[in-house]
Amino acid sequence: MALPVSAAASVTKRIMKIRIKFRKYGNLKFIGHLDVQRYFQKAVRRAGIDAAYSTGFSPHQIMSFAAPLGLGLESNGEYMDMEVNSFLGSEETAARLNACGVDGIEVLSVRVLPPDARNAMASVAAAAYTVRFREGREPDFNWKEHLKECEDLLPGIYELKLLLPENALYMLLETGSAGNLKPAAVMEAYLAAHGETLQENALLITREETYLNMGTQENRQLAPLDAIGKLSGPIQAKDGESVHD
Amino acid sequence: MMSKLALSDDILLRVEKPARYIGGEVNAVIKNKAEVDVRIAFCFPDVYEIGMSHLGLQILYDMFNRMEGVWCERVYSPWVDLDAIMRKENIPLFALESQDKILDFDFLAVTLQYEMCYTNILQILDLSHIPLLAKERGEDMPIVIGGGPCTYNPEPIADFFDLFYIGEGETRYGELIALYRQCKQEGAGRKEFLKRAVGIPGIYVPAFYEVSYGEDGTIASFRPAFEGIPATIRKEAEMELSHAPYPLKPIVPFMRATQDRVVLEIMRGCMRGCRFCQAGQIYRPVRERDVDTLKSYALEALKNTGQEEISLSSLSSSDYTKLPELLDFLIEDCSQRHVNISLPSLRIDAFSLDVMSKVQDVKKTSLTFAPEAGSQRLRNVINKGLTEEDILHGSALAFQGGWRRVKLYFMLGLPTETNEDIVKIAELADQIAATFYATVPKEERKGGRVQIVVSTSFFVPKPFTPFQWAPQCTKEEFLEKAYTVRNAIKEQLNQKNIKYNWHEADVSVLEGVLARGDRRISQVLLKVYQKGAFYDAWSEYFNNEKWMEAFAECGIDPGFYTSRERDTEEILPWDFIDCGVTKAFLKKEWERAQREEVTPNCRKECQGCGAARFGGGICYEAHHEDSD
Repeated sequence: MALPVSAAASVTKRIMKIRIKFRKYGNLKFIGHLDVQRYFQKAVRRAGIDAAYSTGFSPHQIMSFAAPLGLGLESNGEYMDMEVNSFLGSEETAARLNACGVDGIEVLSVRVLPPDARNAMASVAAAAYTVRFREGREPDFNWKEHLKECEDLLPGIYELKLLLPENALYMLLETGSAGNLKPAAVMEAYLAAHGETLQENALLITREETYLNMGTQENRQLAPLDAIGKLSGPIQAKDGESVHD
Repeated sequence: MMSKLALSDDILLRVEKPARYIGGEVNAVIKNKAEVDVRIAFCFPDVYEIGMSHLGLQILYDMFNRMEGVWCERVYSPWVDLDAIMRKENIPLFALESQDKILDFDFLAVTLQYEMCYTNILQILDLSHIPLLAKERGEDMPIVIGGGPCTYNPEPIADFFDLFYIGEGETRYGELIALYRQCKQEGAGRKEFLKRAVGIPGIYVPAFYEVSYGEDGTIASFRPAFEGIPATIRKEAEMELSHAPYPLKPIVPFMRATQDRVVLEIMRGCMRGCRFCQAGQIYRPVRERDVDTLKSYALEALKNTGQEEISLSSLSSSDYTKLPELLDFLIEDCSQRHVNISLPSLRIDAFSLDVMSKVQDVKKTSLTFAPEAGSQRLRNVINKGLTEEDILHGSALAFQGGWRRVKLYFMLGLPTETNEDIVKIAELADQIAATFYATVPKEERKGGRVQIVVSTSFFVPKPFTPFQWAPQCTKEEFLEKAYTVRNAIKEQLNQKNIKYNWHEADVSVLEGVLARGDRRISQVLLKVYQKGAFYDAWSEYFNNEKWMEAFAECGIDPGFYTSRERDTEEILPWDFIDCGVTKAFLKKEWERAQREEVTPNCRKECQGCGAARFGGGICYEAHHEDSD
């Protein structure tokens, strides 16, 4: 009988970080952030990905999720990081995760991160959303007219514009641990400025992308969270040396 | 393919945990409706995360969905928040996979795992827009089937079911579905189907039986209402357990279920014969699954689910003959896959402690003993073959191994129990604490002081046990006993190391009524449900007053079913069921209990309980003098 072997394995193997971009849509907008984490922990096992594990009696995969997505929101730009001992390649990893997956979560891409990359959660600086009103729940005033005034309503609104012909709002908002602005909060403030209140569940919100900041606080240079990663073919597990070029 | 949800976004965003209602989980089965002619809604009448944890449901779901043309889906009790919305907005209950309403199904099959879920059955029927009473259902309504352990006395819920399937589900559903198809083809109606269904072993249609009562309220007669209906129903048992279908692709919930792991059923039945235990009788004879089959199941199910944990299931895993081999395999293989092994309650000895220390952090886990009774005398009465020496020796070994927490389970209100027996509970806990101080030298006690948690439940006599004739304590008696334990613990030398919990007494009394009740209890259930009772298994929703009102309004004294001692000649409501174990055997055991005589286990010596007639299992193994 052997003790958990992970303790021995993880010290000698060089670990790679990968960043997975996925979409969450349809009925799965009703599963919460913790459920998504649990989903990926199990999907990684089903897909036969060579995940790195923590040591101890309850070994777990080392994962980091970018910005939690609220219940009821869809997303085209979710990210999670995980650590692997060997890498099947970007295409194969995505294909396997999708083959053992469910409708409602689709892996879009898998990239290898530089070894010094900050984890997904710590990296988040902004997120883009499209926001629409549900039918019959629009405010009474002509909300499309006054959008310009919105930009100064709250700190953390980086961009705001009307998308035509779909009558949707595009919002780029500060996101992450430093400051976190949610699209519903923007709309509430906007309506409040016009003496109205947002009706219950009035908005249909899709997160389109999650960004990191490659510039400075003053001079932002936003890029999708996986811009710092590279698509890659298979990489063998290596002992003791860096696998990233 | 994503099903269109039955509930609107507005509703789903208003309720707690909407993931309970959307289906679409990994390994949930979606079939093409054009290729399906029999649709089954399989129901666990409790909330999703409880129901999803039930192995029996996963077994039957898998079995049904392997059948061509059959689509089995799941349905659970909507939580109280959604329940209120569905009633207000008149939304019919739906199954998770297709999101179609239950009324569209051919069968609504309800698994009955504990008595306190009975009002939730009514909730399910009501929300499905199916009449609560079987006799009021029209031709196009689903056939409502009950199965599971509570069907060994189906009488309290007889009015609500079209038929009951008595016994293990693996054996007869194929025939029942074939018959259903035939009846459909011939245009034979609902009643004709039920009439023919009773020809299938294990099937009980309550409407075809008549009960009369004597002046003292006991049953005077119980018989088929017309010819061609069997007078007794023999339970079904799967005798080829290793070859029976087993779910290798169990559903993986999105949200955390109570049992969030792969479960391997290693064995069915128990050889111990504890006299209070219903499962120990109704699942006889003991049958083991082949160890090599189990190994391959474990690997396959882990691969197909991605679960991080696997656990073994049986009534007494230490008695599985190949347990060391199976555990060796799991420990070896699972640790490589970073899978945790959650061990069932094993008998505490050097072997089990060794295994546990390999798979658990001893500092964080506790050791569990279930002596069930405080004194050896009373343990002999209940035939619990665990001695004080076993417990103290096992504790000493465990303390040496680093464990610091011990959990002890007892029952209060067992037949023949005296005050002395009850005080012994406290004394035993104290002795375990003393064992810690005697075993672990002072300098090694840094890991925190020893903690002993004593829990007592109140004994509820169950059908098909030797205690089926025993009177149950009243609520006042129960509480008196719990206070005795509490006070006795306070008097112990090591009382600071002992914590005491006890169950609520109201629920135990009610459970007793529902466990040993007869058909007249159906009206009480109906009444209490109409008063708004459901989720009675959840203490925050259980309302004893509503129940007491319902009994009073129906003119039924709950004491008739609980605290009354039954004569062994009395016709019991469940006598028409033949569970394999004979009434004569149970009676003999009841008498031995009163004489404080222990009965050896099945492996040591056959007691002729009657289960041998199933033609397999432990009854046909050689006996071993040395095992205990």
